[in-house]
Amino acid sequence: MSRHLSLATTHVHHAATSNVIHVPSIRYLGILPVLVMLGGAVVLLGMSSLVKRQLRLRVATATTLIISLSAFGLAWWQWADVQSRGPYTTIDHSVVVDGLAVLITVLVTVAMALSALVAEGYLAREGIDGAELHVLAMVSAAGAILMAEANDLVIVFLGLEILSIALYVLTAFNHKRTESGEAALKYFVLGGFSSAVFVYGIALTYGATGTTNLTQIASFLSHNVLVHDGVLLAGMSLLLVGFAFKIAAVPFHMWTPDVYQGAPSPVTGFMAAVAKAGGFAAFLRVFVSSFGVLASDWRPIIYALAIVTLVVGAGLAVVQRDIKRMLAYSSINHAGFVLLGLQAATARGVSAALYYLFAYMFMVIGSFAVVTVMGRMGDGDHDISSYRGLAKRQPLLALAFAVLLLAQAGVPFTTGFLTKFQVVIASVDGHSVPLAVVAMVSAAVAAFFYLRVTVLMYATSDEPAVGAPDAAPTVTPALVGASHGGGTTWSGTDAAGETRTRLNAALLMEDDASAELTPEVGQTEEPTRIPVPLGAAVAIGICVAVTVVFGIIPAPLVDFAHRATLLFLP
Amino acid sequence: MVHAAYLMALLPLAGFVVLVAAGRRLGDPLAGWVGTVAVAGSFVVACIALAGLLSEPASARHFSENYFSWITVGGLQVKVGILLDPLSMTMCMFVTGVSALIHLYSIGYMKGDPEFSKFFIYLNLFVFSMVLLVLANNLLVMFVGWEGVGVCSYWLVSFWHERDSAASAGKKAFIYNRVGDVGFLIALFLIFSKVGSLDLTTIFAHRGALGSAGATAVALLLLLAATGKSAQIPLFNWLADAMEGPTPVSALIHAATMVTAGVYLLCRVNSILALSPDAMWVIAIIGGATAFVAATIATSQQDIKKVLAFSTVSQIGYMVLAVGTGAYIAAIFLMVAHAFYKGLLFLGAGSVIHGLHDEQDLKRMGGLARLLPWTYGTFLVGWLAIAGIPPFSGFWAKSDVLANVYQKSPALWALGLVTAILTAYYMTRLFVLAFRGDERWAAAVDGHRPSDPHESPWVMRLPLVVLAVLAFAGGILDLPWVHRDGFASWLSPVFAHTLYLAHEGVGLQVSLAVIDAVVAVIGLSIAFALWRRSVDRPTLEPAFLQRVWYWDDFYDAVIGRPGQAMARFAATVVDGRIIDGAVNGAAAAVRKGASGVRRLQTGYVRNYALGIALGLAAVIAFVISRVWWS
Repeated sequence: MSRHLSLATTHVHHAATSNVIHVPSIRYLGILPVLVMLGGAVVLLGMSSLVKRQLRLRVATATTLIISLSAFGLAWWQWADVQSRGPYTTIDHSVVVDGLAVLITVLVTVAMALSALVAEGYLAREGIDGAELHVLAMVSAAGAILMAEANDLVIVFLGLEILSIALYVLTAFNHKRTESGEAALKYFVLGGFSSAVFVYGIALTYGATGTTNLTQIASFLSHNVLVHDGVLLAGMSLLLVGFAFKIAAVPFHMWTPDVYQGAPSPVTGFMAAVAKAGGFAAFLRVFVSSFGVLASDWRPIIYALAIVTLVVGAGLAVVQRDIKRMLAYSSINHAGFVLLGLQAATARGVSAALYYLFAYMFMVIGSFAVVTVMGRMGDGDHDISSYRGLAKRQPLLALAFAVLLLAQAGVPFTTGFLTKFQVVIASVDGHSVPLAVVAMVSAAVAAFFYLRVTVLMYATSDEPAVGAPDAAPTVTPALVGASHGGGTTWSGTDAAGETRTRLNAALLMEDDASAELTPEVGQTEEPTRIPVPLGAAVAIGICVAVTVVFGIIPAPLVDFAHRATLLFLP
Repeated sequence: MVHAAYLMALLPLAGFVVLVAAGRRLGDPLAGWVGTVAVAGSFVVACIALAGLLSEPASARHFSENYFSWITVGGLQVKVGILLDPLSMTMCMFVTGVSALIHLYSIGYMKGDPEFSKFFIYLNLFVFSMVLLVLANNLLVMFVGWEGVGVCSYWLVSFWHERDSAASAGKKAFIYNRVGDVGFLIALFLIFSKVGSLDLTTIFAHRGALGSAGATAVALLLLLAATGKSAQIPLFNWLADAMEGPTPVSALIHAATMVTAGVYLLCRVNSILALSPDAMWVIAIIGGATAFVAATIATSQQDIKKVLAFSTVSQIGYMVLAVGTGAYIAAIFLMVAHAFYKGLLFLGAGSVIHGLHDEQDLKRMGGLARLLPWTYGTFLVGWLAIAGIPPFSGFWAKSDVLANVYQKSPALWALGLVTAILTAYYMTRLFVLAFRGDERWAAAVDGHRPSDPHESPWVMRLPLVVLAVLAFAGGILDLPWVHRDGFASWLSPVFAHTLYLAHEGVGLQVSLAVIDAVVAVIGLSIAFALWRRSVDRPTLEPAFLQRVWYWDDFYDAVIGRPGQAMARFAATVVDGRIIDGAVNGAAAAVRKGASGVRRLQTGYVRNYALGIALGLAAVIAFVISRVWWS
């Protein structure tokens, strides 16, 4: 199918060559990171099946690190190349190497390396012989890079599928947990559904413009005046929904909490960082650059999408009891913020969105690394109450988590502040002031659930209230009441009847509510020190360091995103 | 050599980091030595940089370098870099030098304190912030240093925070400084909005963009900042309370370095001040008034450190007066000389307090000359220097200031002269009460005669001796007859166009100097006659002066009480009912809304797919409506 379409595509410009099979020239540097990731995955898979006894976990992780770091190095080479020679397309214009593509490649390779470090400790703890986890993650990462590099809707779809199919399997990776299997199945079914929608969108777009090549779509739209062409707009809408599913925008988000909760914790961090990055990269490229002419048609849709995503993400995160579900809704809220950058449809917006994705990658992988560690054997200990008093037991871990959560809340002197600041500025710049206001209000609501966990970590277990020692007493009922609201049973039924009664009870009897939290930790068993594996410690350290250092000295990262944008939208 | 100047800031920072990481393990006295070596290293770097700067021709002594870009947001580009010119170099020399001596002194003074290493952590962080403030080539970075010294001052004043008075003195110092900081911040905003940059060189080059009203506003706002940091009217009364800190802190932060930052700031922006003669008059009057008021207060204080504190306020008043006159070089000259002799006096007072086991009341001292010979000898030098007796450094510096002021306004000059008499008077009173007369400290307590005061260890005596030499000989920096080749020609490139040069005949100059010397001797003799035999002279210590012209009571009545009433209102009504009501209400609404929405989150794939389908339908409906209505 791919070849057929690309021939049709070239037909427009190369009529003379249409009846011979056209062999495109390839500039290998452009696709080298993808090749390294895929090739590395194959090598690692080969290693693990050829070695007689089980492949040592350390060897697998080390190999993964080497592969992803060499891809990272290649990405920097691409960066230098693009800086000096400018962006270029290759393989018959189906792949483009520009600022956006290279930035996402850097992001994905770093995320891959960090996730491998986190996964190492997880696999060892759970006793899973898991070179395959690394293999699948690398395949998935290659898919994300391909999405960012795609200059053809078909290649976008190819990348999307490579990314997604590997993620379906990764979600179910821990076969000892039934909930993983359930989550994976949900993800797979819904993912298939949205892929179908996406492909239909490609077909309609092809029908309207006669090409799937993004550059040619752009030039077709700018040269031909199609006043509200129904087929084109329908195709655009379907593509939009396909992307919205991938980046988990409301109302296409419903798989997110279940999958984030069900997937092994290191995979969740990887998924949140990489799938979002890949999805947004293609989303930005297709809409801002190819459908740029149609901005007046799609900007209102994104506007509405961003508002519900921001509101629902922040609102539902408040009532979660499970930290992974909470972070899932938080990631939905973050997606809403990135949508602000897309909605602006300007260079400034794209730059802000790219910066957001890059900085968020460190925050979310670091957060899920902490969650992985805290999940303990079985990866099931994710109730928010298990974080109570963590600061006393493991001050460094608590501090790291606090920094990452505060960064997500957007506290100054972290990258999290600048991420929000920049998208909001871009949004105001694009005359979408109400949207910016909604975003800021949602950030205020979101600050609540990040702070709740932070306060919980720094509260001692024998204290009667959840609040920090010097928190005003009037605040406490709100905190307690909200931390009660959560309470989900398995399989993601947020609305279990029992939960609702407990929520109401908590709302009614706020003073008494704290009594309910204490016994879970304080009395039954004294929480012990949770071992932090070296890999996870390194990953968390890097994430915290990047978040803080580039929060205090923001210029280099901001500049990176800015220059990437200049090489994408000149 | 000049290129290594950034090390001046980095070395104390490194000391800070080492002490944070390992201070407790290093303990007493090793942690103190680490801190001292870091700052001494900084002084060595400063000397090297000075040599480098001196080897350049006078016109090329301007070295500015950016190291990295800190903030880039829209039009705001903030780069972190340093500006090394004769002005900042001079500041660095005495800041790092005096700091190193006081660090050394502190090793002896803080010996045995349970928080010994913490003290040096703060002290090193302070020196870093101070050097950053001085070297910054950008107003925002300067502000970071400005706030850094402020917060270090807060930590160090309330270092013994288990004492209530120390804790509240720290708060007082911080709050007064915050008031000034508001001025600094608004000045920053104003400059950025008019000039579009915060880089000093750029601002000075485009200062015309400020306009005359803008320049006046900026100058007055920066003056407000300076009155906070440098303890001038109307924000001067925090400094006396700041004496609750350990004495080395008083010597370093509240005499020699931090409190002169305001004067430095005004000197730094001299080209903006030059645009506004009105603002210059305000500065001069504030300085002159502060010098006089603080000097009167100093005559009646009983606490040895409070006398010195008000003396510091008064001396900085002289510097501000000089700045207002445009006599920047005289201001800097006095600042350097003051750093020497006031640092010396505080350290000497510390040595006395140390010897008397934490006794600070002058009325319970006396006759210490015999028992503390080193302290006595060095204090003598400091006393004569500040009193303005030739040929000590204070005489030259003060004469320089007053000679310039005479040209601007004889009235202000007369005020300065009265202040000079008062200065000689209160310092002599302090000296006599502490070191001469009866041994009042020996008065029996519970029938026991306290043990004799003891002289301090060598780590405390050495800084005293070094500072005494400097306080004596500091005048050679700028003796009137080498004026053109010495300090003045070194500094004048910084102030090239804005410098006010007094054009007095030699005869006038000499007569003014003679007048200065004579009034100093008069003040000194009066105090000797009055205080040599008697300790209690209530008529000379009226409550009006002891209570600081009722300044604190005034603030308490006008700002403090209404403020508290307002805070109480805000806490109970505004916060308790309105804000908490809104927050709790919003929280309840979010929970209610969320629990409604989460009902959709059933866990069934079919419902999720329905969500996607409905969303898709909505999007399609929207585009159809677009097509339809077009």
